[in-house]
Amino acid sequence: MDILSIQILLQATLRMATPLIYAGIGETFSEKAGIINIGLEGYMLIGAFTAYATVYYTNNLLLAVVYAILVTALFGVIFAYLTITIKANQVIIGTALNLVGVGISGYLFRILFAQTRKAQPVRTFQQLPIPALKDIPLLGPSLFDQNILVYGTYLLVPLAAIILYKTSLGLVLRGTGEHPHAVESLGIRVVHIRYGAVIFASILAGIGGAYLPIAHANQFVENMTAGRGFIALAMVAFGRWNPVYVWLAGLLFGSTFALQLRLQAAQTIIPYQFLQILPYVVTFIALIISHGRSLQPRALGIPFEKEGN
Amino acid sequence: MEASTRLQLIGISKTFPGGVQANKDISLTVKRGEIHCLLGENGAGKSTLMSILYGEYHADSGEIWLDGQKATINTPKGAISHGIGMVHQHFMLVPTLSVAENIIMGMRPLASFLWYMKDIEKDIAEFAAKRGMKINPSALVSTLSVGEQQRVEIIKALYRGVDLLILDEPTAVLTPQETRDLFETLRNLAKQGFSIILITHKMNEVMEVADRVSVLRDGRMIDTLPISEVTPSSLARMMVGREVSFNQEKNDTPCGEPILKVEDLTLIGEKGRPLLKNISLKVCSGEIVGVAGVDGNGQSQLAFCVTGLMKPTSGRIWIEKNDLTGKSPLEFLKAGVGHIPEDRHAMGLVLEDPVAYNFLLQRYRDNYFKWFGFLNIKTIFEHARRLVKVFDVRTSSVKTPAANLSGGNQQKIIVGREIDRNPRLLVAVQPTRGLDIGATEYIHKQLIQQRERGAAILLISTELEEIMALSDRILVMFEGRIIGETDSDRANIDKIGLWMAGMQPEEAKQT
Repeated sequence: MDILSIQILLQATLRMATPLIYAGIGETFSEKAGIINIGLEGYMLIGAFTAYATVYYTNNLLLAVVYAILVTALFGVIFAYLTITIKANQVIIGTALNLVGVGISGYLFRILFAQTRKAQPVRTFQQLPIPALKDIPLLGPSLFDQNILVYGTYLLVPLAAIILYKTSLGLVLRGTGEHPHAVESLGIRVVHIRYGAVIFASILAGIGGAYLPIAHANQFVENMTAGRGFIALAMVAFGRWNPVYVWLAGLLFGSTFALQLRLQAAQTIIPYQFLQILPYVVTFIALIISHGRSLQPRALGIPFEKEGN
Repeated sequence: MEASTRLQLIGISKTFPGGVQANKDISLTVKRGEIHCLLGENGAGKSTLMSILYGEYHADSGEIWLDGQKATINTPKGAISHGIGMVHQHFMLVPTLSVAENIIMGMRPLASFLWYMKDIEKDIAEFAAKRGMKINPSALVSTLSVGEQQRVEIIKALYRGVDLLILDEPTAVLTPQETRDLFETLRNLAKQGFSIILITHKMNEVMEVADRVSVLRDGRMIDTLPISEVTPSSLARMMVGREVSFNQEKNDTPCGEPILKVEDLTLIGEKGRPLLKNISLKVCSGEIVGVAGVDGNGQSQLAFCVTGLMKPTSGRIWIEKNDLTGKSPLEFLKAGVGHIPEDRHAMGLVLEDPVAYNFLLQRYRDNYFKWFGFLNIKTIFEHARRLVKVFDVRTSSVKTPAANLSGGNQQKIIVGREIDRNPRLLVAVQPTRGLDIGATEYIHKQLIQQRERGAAILLISTELEEIMALSDRILVMFEGRIIGETDSDRANIDKIGLWMAGMQPEEAKQT
């Protein structure tokens, strides 16, 4: 492979990794607080559709992201209410949310746009090269000739790590997923922390979903997330609930998407269906490698029952 | 100089939604710089009272006065801001975080940065040292011993500026050495002007550490007295509401046929470590044989072997005429072996199951409980209601999960279940661990009744007093061997003590 194709591969890796990173970082916060939010795929689809529809009607990309955030946040509130307040099983509610995400986005899409089931293309976030930095050999064009949502992850990941490991809030979050009663006994409301974490996770998944139709492609396709929400879920375990490792895991999975596309384009003799499997096979292998549960927050998935009530 | 009053509770009452009145018109005064013990049996209302003070529960009526000012405490946060801290029985520490992180958690606004952990750690170490406690603030809590974790809990409370510290049954999880250290720390703190409320049901602790003691019974305050005016037996009387006999009466029952016979039992554990070495013993009908020893000298394994839960590497086990060596636990059950296991939560009960099902555990095969191959709920519940009555298990219903009962009542379920089967051999391991006086006395009576009925009883306990009070013969285990044997009439605590430490007293050699 020559320099140029490595550069293109890197660029594609970052682009493919971006939606995964948004969703994965959000999920990290949710799981650190003890809520396993397996509805990521659903949030992403809802975010994707909202963003597409907004751009279609208003031609305003920023507004699309804002609406995607608001709508997925609303679903986040619903999930939080059911799992935290009502204490329903998180896995079941999350699964339901995934189904709702597929159903509602597909339904509205068909009603509003696609008698032909093929959507009109919309405006997308354009590449925004950063002067000087983009001229660094090899990495420059890969890292610094991207759209604004990709740049967002450059801020998001360090910020997430700082919040989690260097602030009082992060300390409380980490405690909430491990031993919520300890946190509550110090006068902090576990329920509030968990609501916050879940809503945060849904918002980031929404942004990750929005990225797909308005930054990656230029249209909405039914079920266009194609399992990315589940891959993000796997990234969190593979990345040991640490934002930096989750980010690296995101890059790894992103690279498999990129590689797969690249191999398809290179017209190898392998049928393209097999190449498309690649990201999911890697997910599988990653989960086998990281199967140890010792690092998982101890109270993950367990509803918080206040003692004596 | 009369110490000033730090805390005054006036007329506190609390009734739980289920109708249980946990606190009835309780008043309590705690002075500055005193260690005040709150003594009472399980369920007497000690923890409820302290939870009200700490803002975890709300009193139905009554007042809290702090330093002569009336106060309202609605949350733990409110309690802390009033200078009240609590060390819970189950530690409220996050094991994956460091000591310092646990201590400062939630002390600063959530949006504040924690850049300089090293400075925070240094400050915590100095703070602790000033109050006579040593701790490594950068250590992960999961790497600390139980005693050290408790120290972290105390520092965590004090670091928040607390000067009235409540400790809920702090010694339940500690070794004797750790208990001594804790009491030393508490005395130190009291000297520095901290007020300490210690919840306990152990009278020897009260006698050792308290300045004053308040006794609760059935949710009422019985009395508050300076320690100089009480004795262990007067405390016991106040706690239980009647005379308590520390020595159980028992009739001379002639020893009958041998029920349990163990010959040359050896058990090799993982890595080839011998856990039991050439153990031979006999327990006869109408006899209680006590096995004493420091925890971890093979007692648990012996119990597992004679109940069929572990297969010995070599040696034989007979129950009456049957050679049961290598047989399954079910065969042991059928041969008439009852087992009161060491860990009632892990082995004795299915905690989340209702009381009724826990009474059924070894008997679900009985046709009596079956209806065309299905469980017959009606007879199961009838059976449970009868046993609840006979064995005085305090529960709101036989449908209540066993987890909701107090330790004493949980143990009564197990004892009742085993005794109701009229076992030939009853293996009782630590039957009164963690129980209050009332429940302990009750279980001892039951064991003696079984002896008089003609059962053989193998009593394994690390409580020497229990062994001495109940046994006809005493065996002492040390490193998997039986190091000494004596009749209980000739038992002498010094001799047994030497055996427990692995030494061979001169005059004991002939036995």
